[in-house]
Amino acid sequence: MKKPVIEFDQFTFQYRAQSEPTLRDINLTIHEGEKVLIVGPSGSGKSTLAHCINGLAPHFYPGEHSGVLKIMGADSKGMGIAELSDFIGTVMQDPDGQFVGLTVAEDIAFKLENDGVPHAEMIRRVQEAAAEVEFSDFLDASPQELSGGQKQKTTLAGGLVGGAPILLFDEPLASLDPHAGRATVELIDRLHRESGRTIMIVEHRLEEVLHCPVDRIIVIEEGRIVADLPPDELLCSGLLREKGIREPLHLSAMRYAGCAVTPEIGPRSVESVDLEGCTEQLIRWHEANLASPKSDVKQPLLELEGITFGYDPAKPVLQDVSLSVGRGEILCIAGRNGAGKSTISRLICGFHKPSSGSIRLNGRDLSRDTIRERADVIGFVMQNPNHMLSKPLLYDEVALGLVNRGVPEAEIRDRVNETLRVCGLYPFRSWPVSALSYGQKKRATIASILVLRPEILILDEPTAGQDFRHYNEMMKFLMELNSQGMTLILITHDMHLMLEYGQRTVVLAEGRKLADDTPARILGNAQVVEEAHLHETSLHILARRIGVQPEDEFVSRFIRSDRRMMN
Amino acid sequence: MPPKLLSYSDVGSPVHRLNGVTKLIAFLLFSIAGMVSYDTRCLLVMLVISLSVFYISKVPFKQYSFVLYLILIFSALNQLAIFLFSPEQGVQIYGTRHELLHIAGRYSLTSEQLFYQFNVLLKFAVVVPPALLFLLATEPSEFASSLNRVGVSYKVAYAISLTMRYIPDVQQEYVNISTAAQARGIDLSKKEKLGRRVKNMAAILLPLVLATLERIEKVSAALELRGFGRKRKRTWYRSRPLTKRDTLVIAGAVLISAAVLVITFWDGSRFYNPFV
Repeated sequence: MKKPVIEFDQFTFQYRAQSEPTLRDINLTIHEGEKVLIVGPSGSGKSTLAHCINGLAPHFYPGEHSGVLKIMGADSKGMGIAELSDFIGTVMQDPDGQFVGLTVAEDIAFKLENDGVPHAEMIRRVQEAAAEVEFSDFLDASPQELSGGQKQKTTLAGGLVGGAPILLFDEPLASLDPHAGRATVELIDRLHRESGRTIMIVEHRLEEVLHCPVDRIIVIEEGRIVADLPPDELLCSGLLREKGIREPLHLSAMRYAGCAVTPEIGPRSVESVDLEGCTEQLIRWHEANLASPKSDVKQPLLELEGITFGYDPAKPVLQDVSLSVGRGEILCIAGRNGAGKSTISRLICGFHKPSSGSIRLNGRDLSRDTIRERADVIGFVMQNPNHMLSKPLLYDEVALGLVNRGVPEAEIRDRVNETLRVCGLYPFRSWPVSALSYGQKKRATIASILVLRPEILILDEPTAGQDFRHYNEMMKFLMELNSQGMTLILITHDMHLMLEYGQRTVVLAEGRKLADDTPARILGNAQVVEEAHLHETSLHILARRIGVQPEDEFVSRFIRSDRRMMN
Repeated sequence: MPPKLLSYSDVGSPVHRLNGVTKLIAFLLFSIAGMVSYDTRCLLVMLVISLSVFYISKVPFKQYSFVLYLILIFSALNQLAIFLFSPEQGVQIYGTRHELLHIAGRYSLTSEQLFYQFNVLLKFAVVVPPALLFLLATEPSEFASSLNRVGVSYKVAYAISLTMRYIPDVQQEYVNISTAAQARGIDLSKKEKLGRRVKNMAAILLPLVLATLERIEKVSAALELRGFGRKRKRTWYRSRPLTKRDTLVIAGAVLISAAVLVITFWDGSRFYNPFV
């Protein structure tokens, strides 16, 4: 038996600000060299578990515990965050927020600087750590020059450099695009294999993490461990669905087809799962499903024609982009960071003026409309709700746009109340905004835009950082709006979102329109997928392995049955 | 994109190649000497040195133009204020009175006052270039370690350097928040009345402040997780040993400022008096 490095014994933790414990009776032992994944819906306590291990709880987020937590055999009670950091290197979500150096090298060196490591040794260890994550060429780069994935690599090297035997990842994929996310998962796997470090990953994006093998998956719900199983067994247990965690899509497809999913066939990875027993069933299921109806051509509502724009005329961000959005359509705009996705939404809203090209709504040219006039017909919802909320009370927040437009008070009251009802926020109308949950805040920002009765809603990453249940709630809400006639433009990296809800996807790459097609076809096009920093879905791979052509038809049929099963 | 104001760019001049500590020490010595001395001869010599070093550094004008204008406006106001509040300051200091022109009431122009105010202006001119140089020609990462080396606590020094790290991000955040707010009719442009504009500003500042606080919480957690503040002393990745050139510059700065102070106080007064 290998030596235990983390041991929880009857461990309970309660934050000072909470009336109930966030973790209850945790018994968990992690051995040297293991790779463990911890999953659970938001609010389940999985992040708190991570904070207890690295010392943020109780030293940074005050609270009380009972029971024992031993790190490397010693009671963690006597250790501060700094002592714990000798054993545990932490990589948090949002690589941007934890980048503390002015260059990559300084950021990696940070732990060594604080430990007072001599200069010559520091330089050597920084170079070693950078080489380990294959990032040696970027030592002098500043954070503004780096992509999210590159920042993540820097932070990872900064966690490695102190020589900690345990690496703890707290939602490492949360702010990465699919391509960078997959690269991170592969990098973690390589570090695990080559260095024998103990790895703990806290993440709710199960399918992405399972791209590489893990030894165990621990499921947390309401502060308790409800499962602790090897991945293949957990995937077959049906427990994930019950706990509101999305299982890998290829697995759902196999279930819908009636295949017997057992640990023996190795269901973790779509590349390696043994399909011998179920290829026929999958093909039969595919043929039994109706072909996807051709989507009817919709009357164009918003049209962009030959749009070119650049902050610096020598370096255009968008070049000759044309696209049109039909009335009542759901259009996704995808592309890697810097491809011009957010710029296009800013041009539509009139925050910037295109240097050439035109934007028309209902056939009318918008170029002379001010930001405010456009906002009456086009609503823009930012990714982070905290960036939009500027009033203490929910009612005032939603009313703000109308008040600024000088709408009579009686009408404001009617429209705000109506919008709050549509958004399911009416019971909270007199609440302070700060008391709302993240998902509710997000809805509040949508409400504050909807109240202006726009014809189009542009949403920047509407489901980012939300677990499966909240993701479903948000999308159900947006679908309801759509069924009432609202046109939606979703700017997103999320391939599931695109597949399940997008009617059409436009892919931008380096400022040009690269593709404009159904999401299933886009995600099946290897070249486009690479340019847009997406990756092939497990459904496409499954379709290829069972020999169904065209692959995207298999994917579309799956999505339709999946939606039927959900509702 | 916001213009890169007061930002570092390496143009590879001899000044840029100097150690951050050297620049800080030279800047401090020069400012002290320049602030203390009213000796016109010394100030003139220092001005020549100061301007030539600035010329050698090749810092592009764009990077400091805005700050320079601010300083010019400020020093003009300062000159005006000195004259308004103590029009006879020069007479008091130099002990003679050569009236050039009577203006009104207690205000008249004297050679003494003119000379005194010229000296004040000169002091500004001496101190501003090294200050700008320290800001513009020191690599931001060397900033904190230099401050720490001359005795500032490393926690304070690092706080300064982190602020610089996050300024561009906060600027970007401000642009995003304010444009989204404009779409909801929160107008910040001159079309709006001043009172409304101030109110509207508050509507943007609230989310900006909250977002910044959120950021600070995250960064401080990240700092602690990597052992910040664990020991009383820390080492710096970006510290460089002082080269011969650095020692020479520091020695030069010490000599010059010592000479300035000696010459200034030789006759027992801070002021050089051409009127007797």
